[in-house]
Amino acid sequence: MSLLTINDLTVEFPTRRQLFTAVDHVDLSVEPGEIHGLVGESGAGKSTIGAAIMGLLDRPGRIASGTIKLSGDEISGLDTEAMRGLRGKKISMIFQDPLTSLNPLFTVREQLVETIQAHLGGSDAEVNKRARDLIDRVGIPDPDTRLDQYPHQFSGGMRQRVVIALALCTEPDVIIADEPTTALDVSVQAQILDLIKELATERQVGVILITHDMGVIADTTDKVTVMYAGKVVETGPTAQVMGQPSHEYTKSLIAAVPRPTLKLHRFPQISYGGRETRFAIDDMARHWPKVDNDTTKPVFEIRNLTKKFLQRKGLLPWDRTYFTAVDDVSFDIRAGEVFGVVGESGSGKSTVARMIAGLYPVDGGTITFEGQVVSDLTNRAALDAYRKNIQMIFQDPYSSLNPRMRVDDIVAEPIRHHKLMEGSDVKRRVDELLDQVGLGHEAGLKYPHEFSGGQRQRISIARALATQPRFLICDEPTSALDVSIQAQILNILKDLQEHLGLTLLFISHDLPVVRQMCDRVAVMKQGKVVELQETNDLFANPQTDYASELLRLMPRLDDLSTEGLSAEL
Amino acid sequence: MFAYIVRRMFQSVIVLLVVGLVAFSMFRFVGDPIDNMLGQERTQADIERLRTELGLDQPFPVQYFKFLQGAVQGNFGVSYRQGRPVSTIIAERAPATLELAFVSGFLAITLGIALGVFTAIRRQGVAANVIMTISLIGVSLPTFLIGILLIYIFSVELDLLPSFGRGETVKIGNWSTGFLTASGLKALILPAITLGLYQMTLIMRLVRSEMLEVMRADYVRFARARGLSDRVINFRHALKNTLVPVITITGLQLGSIIAFAIITETVFQWPGVGLLFINAIQFVDIPVMAAYLMLISVMFVTINLIVDLLYYAIDPRLRVDARAT
Repeated sequence: MSLLTINDLTVEFPTRRQLFTAVDHVDLSVEPGEIHGLVGESGAGKSTIGAAIMGLLDRPGRIASGTIKLSGDEISGLDTEAMRGLRGKKISMIFQDPLTSLNPLFTVREQLVETIQAHLGGSDAEVNKRARDLIDRVGIPDPDTRLDQYPHQFSGGMRQRVVIALALCTEPDVIIADEPTTALDVSVQAQILDLIKELATERQVGVILITHDMGVIADTTDKVTVMYAGKVVETGPTAQVMGQPSHEYTKSLIAAVPRPTLKLHRFPQISYGGRETRFAIDDMARHWPKVDNDTTKPVFEIRNLTKKFLQRKGLLPWDRTYFTAVDDVSFDIRAGEVFGVVGESGSGKSTVARMIAGLYPVDGGTITFEGQVVSDLTNRAALDAYRKNIQMIFQDPYSSLNPRMRVDDIVAEPIRHHKLMEGSDVKRRVDELLDQVGLGHEAGLKYPHEFSGGQRQRISIARALATQPRFLICDEPTSALDVSIQAQILNILKDLQEHLGLTLLFISHDLPVVRQMCDRVAVMKQGKVVELQETNDLFANPQTDYASELLRLMPRLDDLSTEGLSAEL
Repeated sequence: MFAYIVRRMFQSVIVLLVVGLVAFSMFRFVGDPIDNMLGQERTQADIERLRTELGLDQPFPVQYFKFLQGAVQGNFGVSYRQGRPVSTIIAERAPATLELAFVSGFLAITLGIALGVFTAIRRQGVAANVIMTISLIGVSLPTFLIGILLIYIFSVELDLLPSFGRGETVKIGNWSTGFLTASGLKALILPAITLGLYQMTLIMRLVRSEMLEVMRADYVRFARARGLSDRVINFRHALKNTLVPVITITGLQLGSIIAFAIITETVFQWPGVGLLFINAIQFVDIPVMAAYLMLISVMFVTINLIVDLLYYAIDPRLRVDARAT
């Protein structure tokens, strides 16, 4: 008998207009000690299954049919009280973002103790000992001191360990981990996944691992269920599903995953479901001013770039302390190349990009753009002329577009700001751009919230191209997107580089993506560039320990099917 | 922490100085006190003499400086109208205002938070919706109108409560209190409700919206997933997080309870400093006005300091930063 069995589960969300079926006749079973992956794109219904098991469906969602059984007992029909007894005791949950899933106003000890007391009770001494043992077990050093600290005193990875300790409080049978490592760095991700694997084996807990990351699935899970639009499309042992996918959707999903070992010319796009959107690069190239990229000359020469942030304010200069975010960084970016910057969060990659874009003033060193020093420009006209050539695409397509502005105004803003056109020309240009990025000019009349993440990133691209820049800064442009959408956006960026002669600064923490996109890569660590190489050389033969460590931690996708992929010649 | 308090005190002093300066520059426009002080048979010489005597012939920065000199020593001058030291007059009147402000502040905070939490938790309930609708009245009606309405209903029609004054008071040292007599307590009810109603509805609506926000937070979902009871989630996890922003607004509002007491005191003829101030304006009693304005700003500044210290007590994130700096 399986530990957790889901039979024919359907979850519906009645809305004013229609009934939305989030989960559609799904079957799933988990054995003790097994890690069962649940994979699919956003909106596929993965998290809804987790919420349904916990009895925590958001209103007005409801289980329309089917049963959920835990060790043979049906739990789907239980009342609120009985369900609360199970929650945390028999079934626990780990959320995506460890920064927000702990209450900031209570110490770790308080949160552990209240959970243990809610389910097991016991004397204060017993409860506290149990809390200490848990913190120790999840690998947090110095448990006695750490217990009495507040969540903000822990790093992201350590917080996720606390969250896991909380989930383990009462020896649950099943743990639902909803994107447990999405918000973490690669190195920390590997540690957390290892911990989950260990605990599953050691305590014979069944784990449902919900993720959109195929690398995590391939590395961690025993079995996997692939979901698409609320339905299970394929299920089976991980090696089999990843190696010889039988369903068309699984095949296309796997094909869209960037590989660390195989450089492709273009990403295959997910064709399943017919959602591909055209990007009219030829049309765009016809109207683009001709650029002659002299590839021997650098567009940017960055020399000894330094940025310090005030960490502690003080009236007197010697009272202030600074945090050096970027420390003596030098590199060149050649015309027409895609220059990658990789590193963990806090390594200073985004700060470098912002200084190049002129968003942060430079504290030391120089930035030279096409022979002209731009880092000390104060003249408004000169600065504007420079900025016209530099545009930026940000990570989060949700917060980088003003929700109160219509899309055509968003795209027209840089044109108007730089006074490139006037009157009806602006509108014509905006319509043209929206057509070219594949949204259609009627999209201009809508507001950003009416678009999906991928479509919003296309709006960002249209906005960035509005001034016909020479240089694009892409700061993690796809890390908030699903693989299939990521593939589309990356293809667009490649087109821009190839057909329009744009030079790209590409910042990412995702090494396989960098491998696909970049010609040369700088590896940053604690504000310094520790290694700078041609991409292929870096992946084949890293020179520093740090780079090899990063490469080692990268999810190995060797087991993934390579059907439909053709390597770049 | 200590350095922080010292810095805040320093800032407070600057705020007080600026308030005083602004006040003094305004006094020139409220009228000429001499007009009220001398009778019909005044001569130009009398006017000049009195003006020099009171120091009103000097430019206002000099007057301000002299006021400060006195204030530092606890001497706020002599009231033009009553001819008695201002500090004595204010000391007589302050207990009435402070008691009124305390009662209405207490009502506003306790009821405001309790109702805010209630309406947030039972968002769909009938009672919660009724309370929310009524609270709109509290927010939108002006204070004096509420006061007059209450007087009409409870004093004129029902004849339950007194419509003006403090009732009987008992003197404890220099402090005259209305808390110890039945008529004093009865007299407090209407003015306290009038003064506190607006603050209460404001706090309630604020608590409600903050609470709804917090209830959506990940840590509340996680607390639910850990199987904690609703009581623990609502009152331990959610309420404490709700209080952080609520404290800011509440602090400012408590300051304005004292400041707005002017209107309530006028409506109910409450013998407090607000009424004193209104009378002082009519007679251009500059020493009284100056002292009153300083008193109000001292209270605002003190309340804000307390609010900032409460942040530290509630939010550990600030505590650690403070230790690091």
